[in-house]
Amino acid sequence: MKDMIKIGWQTLKKPSAYFSLGFLVIGGFIAGIIFWGGFNTALEVTNTEEFCISCHEMENNVYEELKTTIHFSNRSGVRATCPDCHVPHKWTDKIARKMQASKEVWGKIFGTINTRDKFLAHRKRLAQNEWTRLKANDSLECRNCHNFDYMDFTAQSSRASQQHSTSLAGGDKTCIDCHKGIAHQLPDMKGVEGW
Amino acid sequence: MKTITKNLVKTLLVSILFTSSVFAAEKHVATLRGEVNIDAQKEPSTIANTLNTDIKQGRNYPMQPPIIPHKTRNYEVNLNSNKCMSCHSRNRTEESQAPMVSVTHYMDRDGNFLAEVSPRRYFCNQCHATQKDAKPLVENTFIDMHTLMKSKITTDNEH
Repeated sequence: MKDMIKIGWQTLKKPSAYFSLGFLVIGGFIAGIIFWGGFNTALEVTNTEEFCISCHEMENNVYEELKTTIHFSNRSGVRATCPDCHVPHKWTDKIARKMQASKEVWGKIFGTINTRDKFLAHRKRLAQNEWTRLKANDSLECRNCHNFDYMDFTAQSSRASQQHSTSLAGGDKTCIDCHKGIAHQLPDMKGVEGW
Repeated sequence: MKTITKNLVKTLLVSILFTSSVFAAEKHVATLRGEVNIDAQKEPSTIANTLNTDIKQGRNYPMQPPIIPHKTRNYEVNLNSNKCMSCHSRNRTEESQAPMVSVTHYMDRDGNFLAEVSPRRYFCNQCHATQKDAKPLVENTFIDMHTLMKSKITTDNEH
């Protein structure tokens, strides 16, 4: 037994003494593909709507609210799923967000919002987290689909084209400044700027 | 004997009149079903679009609450927020350029002015409504006061 551990440790410490270099290189490459592929697949699984609404906190509160909005059902049938708006698409940002989400796992385990009442009590804080994030990244998740460069102002209503061609074009406003609560119900808006 | 026949004739006449009037009424009662039988489903008409012109519409009578000339899909007006007021409240109109809600909305029923919109005026779409791009289901013969007065003046002048 002791010998086996010793051999194992020596193999890990100096593998080239036991295996050929070619085996190590090719083996390492293949193992790398498997591990990386596995990691990314697992990551993408957590990036689906089915995964999000597998928790009742999401399914019974925010998902139900999304169903009534234009981001769920509309004339052209293009719809946004949870990660489209709540997870950055770029890899580094995505990993950063996923690390933040470990706090959400904590919340799930300890039932921070496991009833409707608790959820409503926390709603303002949760909404503000998202508003701050979107404000900071210039509404990046909106712009992943709604590209300003390809907006046709003539097809918008006069109010919309007025706002989009001035405040949004000039950069002093970003999508979330006006479009709060487009996919979920609003929290108590007392004290929120613009309300 | 004579009175019995008289009564019989009377009841007969009444019943004939009654049934005929029922039949006549059945044909002319305006219902949303139209001419469709009770055992059949009516082919639903298409849902009209909400007008989104952003152009103020005239009022049909002086006290009419102004109609909303834009879409209000998913606008929340509840305990937590009032989406309408995020443009139409006094301190938002400068930025939004939307018409301000009238000062009467800040008055309670005794005429005292409140700091915020009066609770009885809070729910905007109790009075203000969006308009649909649809034909009226029934003809409307409403004539407003000014038109009435004008026609009265002209008829008075003729006499």
